[in-house]
Amino acid sequence: MADAAMTKAERREPMAAAIFANEAVTVRAAAPASRLSLRAGSEAIAPLSSALGVDLPVRPKQTSTTGSRTAMWIGPDEWLVIDAGEADLMAAARGAEGIFSAVDISHRNVAFLVSGTGAATTLASACPHDLRLTSFPVGAAARTLLAKAEVVLWRQSETEWHVECWRSFAPYVFGLLREGAKDAALA
Amino acid sequence: MSQSFRIPGKGRLSPSRGLRFFFDGKAFDALEGDTVASALLANGVHLAGRSYKYHRPRGILTAGSEEPNALIGVSNTAATHVPNVRATVQEVHDGLVTRSQNRWPSLAFDLGAVNSLGAPFFSAGFYYKTFMWPKAAWKALYEPVIRQAAGLGVSPKEPDPDHYASRYEHCDVLVVGGGAVGLAAALAAANAGASVILCDEQAQCGGAMRHESGARISGRSGWDWAQDAVAQLKAMDNVRVLTRTTAFGYHTQNFVALAERVTDHLADGKDLPRERLWQVRAKRVILATGAIERQLVFGGNDLPGVMFANAARTYLNHYGVAAGRKVAVFTACDSAYGAAFDLARAGSAVAVIVDWRHDVPEDLSRQAQELGIKILAGHRVVQAKGRLRIASISVAHRDGGQERSFPVDSLIISGGWTPSVHLYSQSRGKVAWDADTQRFLPGDPVQDCVTVGACDGTDDLARGVAQGIEAGKAAATAAGHAGGDQPDVAVEACESYAGGLAGDAGQIKGKAFVDYQNDVTAKDIRQAVREGMHSIEHVKRFTTNGMASDQGKLSNMHGLAIAADSLGWPIPDVGLTTFRQPYTPVTFGTIVNHGRGDLFDVTRRTTIDGWAQDNGAVFEDVGNWKRARFFPQGGEDMHAAVNRECRTVREAAGLFDASTLGKIEVVGPDAGAFMDLMYTNPMSKLGVGKLRYGIMCREDGFVYDDGVVGRVAEDRFHVTTTTGGAPRVLHHMEDYLQTEFPHLKVWLTSVTEQWAVVAVQGPKAREIVAPFVSGVDLSTEAFPHMSMAECEVCGVPARLFRVSFTGETGFEINVPAAYGRSVWEILQARGAEFGACTYGTETMHVLRAEKGYIIVGQDTDGTVTPFDAGYGWAVAKKKKDFVGIRGLKRPDLVADGRKQLVGLTTSDPAMVLEEGAQIVADPNQPVPMTMIGHVTSSYWSENCGRSIALALVAGGRDRMGQTLHVPMPDRTIAVTVTEPVFFDPKGERLHG
Repeated sequence: MADAAMTKAERREPMAAAIFANEAVTVRAAAPASRLSLRAGSEAIAPLSSALGVDLPVRPKQTSTTGSRTAMWIGPDEWLVIDAGEADLMAAARGAEGIFSAVDISHRNVAFLVSGTGAATTLASACPHDLRLTSFPVGAAARTLLAKAEVVLWRQSETEWHVECWRSFAPYVFGLLREGAKDAALA
Repeated sequence: MSQSFRIPGKGRLSPSRGLRFFFDGKAFDALEGDTVASALLANGVHLAGRSYKYHRPRGILTAGSEEPNALIGVSNTAATHVPNVRATVQEVHDGLVTRSQNRWPSLAFDLGAVNSLGAPFFSAGFYYKTFMWPKAAWKALYEPVIRQAAGLGVSPKEPDPDHYASRYEHCDVLVVGGGAVGLAAALAAANAGASVILCDEQAQCGGAMRHESGARISGRSGWDWAQDAVAQLKAMDNVRVLTRTTAFGYHTQNFVALAERVTDHLADGKDLPRERLWQVRAKRVILATGAIERQLVFGGNDLPGVMFANAARTYLNHYGVAAGRKVAVFTACDSAYGAAFDLARAGSAVAVIVDWRHDVPEDLSRQAQELGIKILAGHRVVQAKGRLRIASISVAHRDGGQERSFPVDSLIISGGWTPSVHLYSQSRGKVAWDADTQRFLPGDPVQDCVTVGACDGTDDLARGVAQGIEAGKAAATAAGHAGGDQPDVAVEACESYAGGLAGDAGQIKGKAFVDYQNDVTAKDIRQAVREGMHSIEHVKRFTTNGMASDQGKLSNMHGLAIAADSLGWPIPDVGLTTFRQPYTPVTFGTIVNHGRGDLFDVTRRTTIDGWAQDNGAVFEDVGNWKRARFFPQGGEDMHAAVNRECRTVREAAGLFDASTLGKIEVVGPDAGAFMDLMYTNPMSKLGVGKLRYGIMCREDGFVYDDGVVGRVAEDRFHVTTTTGGAPRVLHHMEDYLQTEFPHLKVWLTSVTEQWAVVAVQGPKAREIVAPFVSGVDLSTEAFPHMSMAECEVCGVPARLFRVSFTGETGFEINVPAAYGRSVWEILQARGAEFGACTYGTETMHVLRAEKGYIIVGQDTDGTVTPFDAGYGWAVAKKKKDFVGIRGLKRPDLVADGRKQLVGLTTSDPAMVLEEGAQIVADPNQPVPMTMIGHVTSSYWSENCGRSIALALVAGGRDRMGQTLHVPMPDRTIAVTVTEPVFFDPKGERLHG
């Protein structure tokens, strides 16, 4: 019984080893991160920005990053906050004044990193969003669709994309990205 | 076979690049760039197939995607066999295997041709009239026989080994059609800096320049200019040129679907996808889709050797192939003269040009005279004659009189040009009848698109190119790209496309085909009108005119004109059928592209699923989820496994993966008020750290979903939903929040996948769970049934619920999803020490039925109120409002005699009723009996030692103890109405 009490559960990420690479694109799983789904009215934006240490952007598709933490505009009252350092975002948000909803979704979402000259083409195999650099500049993010899966795309550089999806959709999303990457290397 | 009809020095193919392919098992030589059609013609083969209904020998009519006759099967392997490929589109590659269709035993001698003798019986409406009686014969006899005989090709039965790709693309300007006009438009737009996609269905751009010999643009032949223009476009970063790519669907908001054929022309496609679907969103679409030449309607107009003028010229000028050695021309349009002149200059004898028109333009008659070609103006071809190939034509004056016969091996025909308004029409643009030129032309655009060139009715090349440049510039400007160099396109010479004839060319002898592919004749159209079909929609369906896969590209105008003539109405009064996508047939592979196999749909698996797979679970689909249904051991069948699992849970304990339950976090100062509105229960009264079973109704008062709701904090609820209901419940709540209750400060977030949920149920549950839980006293006094706590389980943050869907002491442990499998394994190992088992959804269903717990969607069906289900206790009496409160007061919903949920037991305890079986009060009443309800859930209950069932029965709660009857095909089963709780009716075990 004493042994049992000491037993600590392990984190398992079965998609962590997923990787596909060709001369144009590399698709791989992103490392675990902490994530917050944040909903708030405009009056709570300033206190939340200061509590979280990152400005909540107020225009569509905008993101802002401070250190390992990025806040993405998802909707008129909705942000996705990701901390690559796995900091406790719930605790940080709790300190903010005002009316808002902060919900921990660190485990709900997983992410893939799609990089290479064919990265945008890979995504365009299944995503109807306009991904051209002029319409989707570096630093932009948007919630959209990858075939039947809801995803959040975040362009980290001209050739690097961060793709968020729900955990159980990950094998499907990876499969789509793999097929898209194969075609992106062709044309 | 030698290519005896290939003219040295003619065409654009390179004689040094020879290929070999097979047609009906015979090897043929071809050149790189040939289509199957051009290669067959080079070898003197015109007979390419048999027609659909009459099995008539058919040749190669066209040189494009509008081909209705030369439909072949292409098959390198059985699995990659493609039926109904247009020989005029399929390019030859080395080793290509092709076959003719719809013939047996051979193309030249086809027994099916006896249908031709039965032609009077196969007239329009034949099927509708003949196979009406007796009714029973349709299924058993007529349909199978007709299906066997119908259709041209044979579909492959094997899975398609090819793969297909998909691409979404956005651009400022999409130009559809790479003829001179489309190229000019693309150049103008691209020079200004706009992003441009240009697509063309042919292997090379050039459009009509492929066949024309008279056009000169900027000091070159039209074709050479076109190739230079393409090279110029391809060199620009802002342009994508897609050849072998058909724009087949024009959807709303300038969303156009293109099918790119990537490997059909290659001997070895390597890793390339066979086809690629492009879904393009363009700021502006420029339709430069050209026009399609149509036939003339006269007897025998389908004989092999009859060929459209543009096709004969394409084969000559592009492929270097003469359609025949002794040809005649029958035309109502200027453009066919060029075919006669080109063929004459290439060495074919032109016996006669028969012009339906009385007046022939002077320059054409002068050129004919120079070449020594006789013109018969105001004449018509009465009939083409021959067996497997045209041998002669009989010609007479339009007004009748003596017929003259000309021996020919080929007849070049032109009934004029029909503008390709298909995509414009798909964009919802309306066409307008142009009486002067007797054709339908695009009217005002509905979407942001523009029609230019021949598809807009502009016959003159110079004017068309000017239109294209103007449209390209305007599109670029509209997209914010002004300036750039004007493309230098000087049209120095072009040909005339004036003239045309819609409808039949006088009194007909023999069969005069309007729709070649569906074997519809002019006579069929006239008969349809005689039988009362006055709308073209009716004529079309009665005769099947225009209903083949070519969608009436050749036949629509003729059908319309003949119907109008029969009715004595003007053409526009007869109406015009709708142009639908796809423009040309598109493979399922292209449409489905990556979405096959594992990528057909999302398969959702919990983080514990891997353990269940490793331990032999049998799965079932619940929505997109895979759920472990039962865990058979040592060769158990489902029945044995479920019995063991059911017993074990009640005797010791069981572990169940409940991760798929929908979970919604409801957060905000008005969370309680919102929950009061969404659920029938008084949720705002729920204390922090407590759980409540909740029922959600629709506005109409019927049960929509149920689930356990936990109050994590004053302003935070953890709501669970059914597995299948999760997405729609979130939408339902969000819908009300945004539309009815926008004043409430509350937000909804799906957390279904944030938490893995391990349910531990049974008398040993607490002992199993306790050592791993930190920070909560799990005693019944401190943590009674329907409590919740935020704590740590196995060292990870958890939401621990004391809750039960089995009627036993139970815990549902929510842990962050990535810890789910590890927590499960720890608890499973611990449980094994106590004799616990793992159980699946089947056992869960039985255990909850033993307790009378409903499953929404199984025991309810969208017409059941909480009161009907026996859950009236869950409806707050004091609340002033909640979704469904008014619905529940409707007279019908409070009337006596409503169907209510009750239990049923059979007198034979081993007899398990069928779910869905109907229930009657008197089994001896005459059929049709009055049904008073049905069985909703029915199982063998190992714990009760008998079968149990739940049922919805009219006035059920007043029938306790009554005997009712369940009539089955082989017997009638007597049942007794009981309370819907079969095990531990007092619920003592819950609180153990």
